[in-house]
Amino acid sequence: MAIELQPLEQFEIERIVPLHIGKLDVSYTNSALMMTIVVVLITALIMLSTRRAALVPGRWQSITEMLYEFVADMVDTNAGHGARQFFPFVFTLFVFILFSNLLGLVPYSFTVTSHIIVTFALAAIVFVGVTIVGIVKHGWHFLRLFVPEGVPALLLLLLVPIELLSYFIRPFTLSIRLFANMLAGHTMLAIFGGFAASIWLVAVFPLAINVALVGLELLVAVLQAYVFAILTCLYLRDALHLH
Amino acid sequence: MSESGPPDPLARLGEQLDKARSRRGGEPAARPDNAGLQQGVGLGFRIGIEFVVAIIVATWLGWAIDSWVGTRPWGMIVLFFLGVGAGMLSVYRAVANINTPVGYRRMDEVKAAGKPAKDKWDEDEE
Repeated sequence: MAIELQPLEQFEIERIVPLHIGKLDVSYTNSALMMTIVVVLITALIMLSTRRAALVPGRWQSITEMLYEFVADMVDTNAGHGARQFFPFVFTLFVFILFSNLLGLVPYSFTVTSHIIVTFALAAIVFVGVTIVGIVKHGWHFLRLFVPEGVPALLLLLLVPIELLSYFIRPFTLSIRLFANMLAGHTMLAIFGGFAASIWLVAVFPLAINVALVGLELLVAVLQAYVFAILTCLYLRDALHLH
Repeated sequence: MSESGPPDPLARLGEQLDKARSRRGGEPAARPDNAGLQQGVGLGFRIGIEFVVAIIVATWLGWAIDSWVGTRPWGMIVLFFLGVGAGMLSVYRAVANINTPVGYRRMDEVKAAGKPAKDKWDEDEE
């Protein structure tokens, strides 16, 4: 018996409520649905768990407090002083990506972060935001970010373009890293799942691999959210303190 | 368990926690190690892609500039090598973990040094 292997089918976008404004397709898709679920779940978790805040936290309150402290710690140690005002931004970003990644692992759900347009939008928000923060804080001096100190003028001809390039590449590395990890992981899961379904006599082996892969994917899901947030902090530190 | 300890509920809780911990035996020593591992794995996942993406994006940018300006191979060639440089730079910085992602200066040096010497470079840049 042959079951067709379609490991990429899971990434397809389906219109649930078709909507068009002019020529613009603004349909409510499964991706949008998943984002809505993510946002609703996060809001519910945080609102409900802190509704009856106790001095000695219960289980749910502990989850929220741990999340809060984890991100607060990350912002403090990585973004330097004066970055606390950006805590809400980093927290939102981290929790949104974390929940999208984790909920994407639930069978039959949809992984929002496996689409580069989503991760690129997030990275672009970070990039543009950080640049604006830098310019507002330092004005023209912000451009000094691209001029390494103690370098002969001749070398600057080479180094300034490299610095500029490595600055403008940031949104790409930020978004591709997250998207590629999620895409590869979920494709791998689907492929081994397909093996297990099509050759069911020896299905034990692909199944065993899949069990291990789910563990790995859990690690990757959390880690990629962490990496995204920590890099946001580092970029913020750059803009705030100009190294 | 009859409480003859301090009347403060928090202090009492602390006492109970201590008691429970000593009953379970010493294990909380594993923490700092764990944090180091977490950071290491995070770093590994971070730099894995940095180098490749830098080159690809730079080369693509060169190609785009070429087809826009019409300098067929040159923009792509130059930007490819710049991309290699930028990729190496960001990997080096991530690994060296000086946390100076762009630029070589450290914060204390910026504060210590006055401005006049550097203003010249700002004009270079512009």
